[in-house]
Amino acid sequence: MAAITQTAGPGPGSGFADRYPLRRWTVMPATYLLAIVAFGLTVVPLLFVVVDGFRTNGDINSSPAGWPHPWVAGNYTSILTSAPFWEFLGNSALIATVATALTLVLGSMAALALSQYEFRGREFFYTVFVAGLLFPLGVGALPLYLLLQRLGLLDNQFGVAIPEAAFALPLTMIILRPFLRAIPGELQDAAMVDGAGRFRFFLQILLPLAKPALITVGLLAFVTSWNQYLLPLLVLQTSSHFTLPLGTYTFQTQYSQNDAGIMAFTAMAMLPALGVFVFAQRYIVAGAAGAVKG
Amino acid sequence: MSRSTAIAAGLGPAAAEQSAAAGPRRAPGWRGPKLRKKTELTILLAPALILFVGFVLVPIVIAAYYSFYSWSGYGPLNDYIGLRNYSYAFQDPAFIHAIEHTLMLTVASVVIQGPLAISIALLLNRKFVGRGFLRTVVFAPYVLPPAVTGVMWSLILQPGGFADQVLKSFGLGGLVQLWLANVHIVLGTVFVVLTWQYLGFGIVLLLAGLQNIPKELKEAAEIDGASPWQVTRRITLPLLAPTVRIWGFITIIGSLQIFDIVWILTEGGPANASGTISTYMYLEGVQSTDFGFASAIAVILFAFCFVFALFYQRFALRRDTRGAITRAVG
Repeated sequence: MAAITQTAGPGPGSGFADRYPLRRWTVMPATYLLAIVAFGLTVVPLLFVVVDGFRTNGDINSSPAGWPHPWVAGNYTSILTSAPFWEFLGNSALIATVATALTLVLGSMAALALSQYEFRGREFFYTVFVAGLLFPLGVGALPLYLLLQRLGLLDNQFGVAIPEAAFALPLTMIILRPFLRAIPGELQDAAMVDGAGRFRFFLQILLPLAKPALITVGLLAFVTSWNQYLLPLLVLQTSSHFTLPLGTYTFQTQYSQNDAGIMAFTAMAMLPALGVFVFAQRYIVAGAAGAVKG
Repeated sequence: MSRSTAIAAGLGPAAAEQSAAAGPRRAPGWRGPKLRKKTELTILLAPALILFVGFVLVPIVIAAYYSFYSWSGYGPLNDYIGLRNYSYAFQDPAFIHAIEHTLMLTVASVVIQGPLAISIALLLNRKFVGRGFLRTVVFAPYVLPPAVTGVMWSLILQPGGFADQVLKSFGLGGLVQLWLANVHIVLGTVFVVLTWQYLGFGIVLLLAGLQNIPKELKEAAEIDGASPWQVTRRITLPLLAPTVRIWGFITIIGSLQIFDIVWILTEGGPANASGTISTYMYLEGVQSTDFGFASAIAVILFAFCFVFALFYQRFALRRDTRGAITRAVG
């Protein structure tokens, strides 16, 4: 608790800090210590997997926590030269791209309707979308399986992508509609005076202005789709249709004796997410914060 | 793209709309010929509405319908058994345990991860070398596919594996356990892995909330002679509360449906010691090809989330959202 009491307030140099001289000597070291611990706890497990991917199975068995001796790249090269990894990656990319595109196009169209038009039932439609927040994809996965079976969409990548887009709509509406409504109405009048039609105004003025919100919405849809597990697990049956998370676990169960191979595969499966999404951090956080606020 | 505009994407307009909703409408809306407006509205709204109703709302109705049947997943739906799927579920100790485990993980997520995330966010909410980098690092686990995280931790935690070796090298060999095979420990292990994956998200979300608190408020309190603790307790934490409530909502809804990490670490075992509602549904419904039963579990899970969300909206989020969701469902 002592740490918390020390946290608020301006930096050193103010009169405030002079009144609490102890702070300067306790807070910064505590902050750095915590920073190092947080860094270590996050990075060490990741590093372990990446590094162990460079070891041989015999090496891992003889000392589970050691450095590679010798370093071998064979685990990685055999994964990178085998078809399944690229198939999984391609499926994940296909599904996430389709889900994101659907979410963006249909979501922004509906958000335009619910923000730029006055009509009876507008708030009702908005609330219908918002209510979807109560109902996450993890809960809907099995019911979706039943529906997709009826539609003949089982074992089909689109059978995963389309529902994912549907479940991304509530968040999309909650972020997009307020954003579009907050754009000053004068812009619309000016565009009309300049002779722009309604759809031209939407496409050339409104949506470009909404770009930050659209990026947030698109990234959230993409990341959610990329990380989804239960729905692809239920829907996809042929291993050449599997997504990367699905394929990783399948690889682990298939080659359970080949620890080094599993490490390398897991590391490769993490790479795309780490490489891309970490830089999307601010959008993801902004979107999550906006989710329940709207 | 600066940070502030990105935050504005999520937060600013929401606030703007709340004020707009209170006063007279800002935009008069397009008033064209009626037929034309109707056509445009239909073109814009119908696709999203069809997608949403068809793939979000209809499936749960189908599941509710199937839950009254005994059905193996193939053939006609003709074995009506009323509420027997439900009564069977609630008489199965494994399902009762699954509910208990789900609730325990949910409560632990809020009670342990919450204060932890708030404390760390408060301590990191100051200028220090490498803060931006650390924030990115801490956030990283959140963007990893949970299934892949699960595989990673199952490797780390296997008997005699990396975790055990690290403990031994620190002279803590006595603490070594069968992390995923001991029925008394496994749920705790699962919780630690969940914390590893999701704590960073809470920290970064709360840091964003902390940075939205106007500095003037703290400075004014300090000039008035408030101690650091008083500033934190009376200014910072109350102003952070809306962010904490949002974090709580996301965390609880996520925990109630938790599947992937648990499934990959333990498949709900050993002896159902770590099973959740979702893993029970998969194990007893899908893998046993009893889709009527699986539907019943899905409906129960839906009810859990629904009831929780209603209560949370009504009692916790009310001040933040003006009932955006409560309005939807009554």
